[in-house]
Amino acid sequence: MLDATGPDAIFRSGLANQEILLPKCADCGRYHFFPRVLCPHCHGEAISWHRASGKGRVHTTTIVRRKPDHGGDYNICMVELDEGVRMMSRVDGITPDDVRIDMAVTAFVGEADGVPAVFFKPAEV
Amino acid sequence: MTSNLRGKSAIVGTGHAGFGEAHGFTAYDVMAQSALAAVSDAGLKLSDVDGLFCTMMEDSMPALMAAEYLGIQPRFLDGTMTGGSSFVNYLTSATMALEVGLCDVALIVYGSNQRTASGKLVTASRPPAYEAPYNPRYPISAYAMAAARHMHEYGTTREQLADVAVAARAWAQHNPEAFERGPLSREDVLGARMVGDPLTVRDCCLVTDGGGAIVMVRAERAKDFPKPPVYVLGSAAESSHRQISQMKDFTVTAARESGKRAFAAAGVSPWDIQAIELYDAFTINTILFLEDLGFCAKGEGGAFVEGGRIAPDGVLPVNTNGGGLSCVHPGMYGIFTVIEAARQIRGDAPGLQLNNIDLALAHGNGGVLSSQVTAILGSGSAL
Repeated sequence: MLDATGPDAIFRSGLANQEILLPKCADCGRYHFFPRVLCPHCHGEAISWHRASGKGRVHTTTIVRRKPDHGGDYNICMVELDEGVRMMSRVDGITPDDVRIDMAVTAFVGEADGVPAVFFKPAEV
Repeated sequence: MTSNLRGKSAIVGTGHAGFGEAHGFTAYDVMAQSALAAVSDAGLKLSDVDGLFCTMMEDSMPALMAAEYLGIQPRFLDGTMTGGSSFVNYLTSATMALEVGLCDVALIVYGSNQRTASGKLVTASRPPAYEAPYNPRYPISAYAMAAARHMHEYGTTREQLADVAVAARAWAQHNPEAFERGPLSREDVLGARMVGDPLTVRDCCLVTDGGGAIVMVRAERAKDFPKPPVYVLGSAAESSHRQISQMKDFTVTAARESGKRAFAAAGVSPWDIQAIELYDAFTINTILFLEDLGFCAKGEGGAFVEGGRIAPDGVLPVNTNGGGLSCVHPGMYGIFTVIEAARQIRGDAPGLQLNNIDLALAHGNGGVLSSQVTAILGSGSAL
């Protein structure tokens, strides 16, 4: 993280260390996502970085239908984190048909095409 | 208070080309054929055009490419790219440019050969960095998630979504220009191949070739042309995001704001509108826009469209040409909402011509519910 400069680089260096870092505005105290050089809520420029709780809920979801010989169906969803930000992701570990709106999920750092990315799994009750 | 641009510009020509499949023609060929048809409809020549309003899916400088292809040297050029809403958005910039004398003849034009070129959406747009890793299918995954959330919050059903497609097809069956005119039932839509839950392939717009064009002039000279002028009474835009992951409320679009301001600019209300042309890229769009433009309350869109209520002989004529779902959808559909609204007012709609239409609404959508643009068009008696 010391070598990272811009917000995108900071976020990605976090993922490379298996950490999900979220940008938060020091002026209004709100989180935002995607990372950027200003706060989209109040336009403050004092952004600090905090480790995400990893807890969230599925806000909405869909299934990309794909032929089995092309890899089969997969989930695309929007997850709302407890910090109040939403991100596109995928719930892994269950079939796409079982991903439901409002279900509790937990984040983890996985890989998409060899690059670290945030994924979710159903929260353990 | 109405806008001081109310009724200051008029559409005096419309044209289209390459509907369905334009074998052997490029996107720019279809664009140019549409332009020729529109200037001819206006009784003008291409050399009369001194304001060009254009964007295309293929390039990063499409307006320059179009001007070059057409062999014109426009003194006013607007290539603002807000997706399919761009061409409704140009009604505003063309009206402003005409009004202050930056141009005298404005041409709004679009063309695409996406069906014969590739069979799918052609776009120069790149997937957003924070969405791309999950490999969503654009644009359907975005609209599917909006539909899923609407169903979750308001109990909207797949049957109600299907009825949007069925109504569009019923209009298209009367329109010889429409690409899909075969029978379509609710069961056909529900039983079609699922592509992005809850949307089947029949909940999605067509992939066709096609182009459209509109010629506009200042209102003061609008009566000097062969066809009855169609006046721009109000137009307004609002953009809320680019990426679907940034949409604040998946069940509310910026059409709520664009509609409110377009109605105010025109000095009319939703119940004055006699023909409604909405950008129906997916069946959920029609429901969202009917709600957000004020034709029904939020959450009631599903019931509002159910059982043929927006079909011919229903309670409200919506997408009278068959829409993007059944008439034509060459990558961006926005211009066709304006063309159909204008033709309903002129009285030369290609399909079912409604009686004595003086006020019509055209609504453009761009991106993934990102850009919303609403225009109110009227006949001379609506001025």
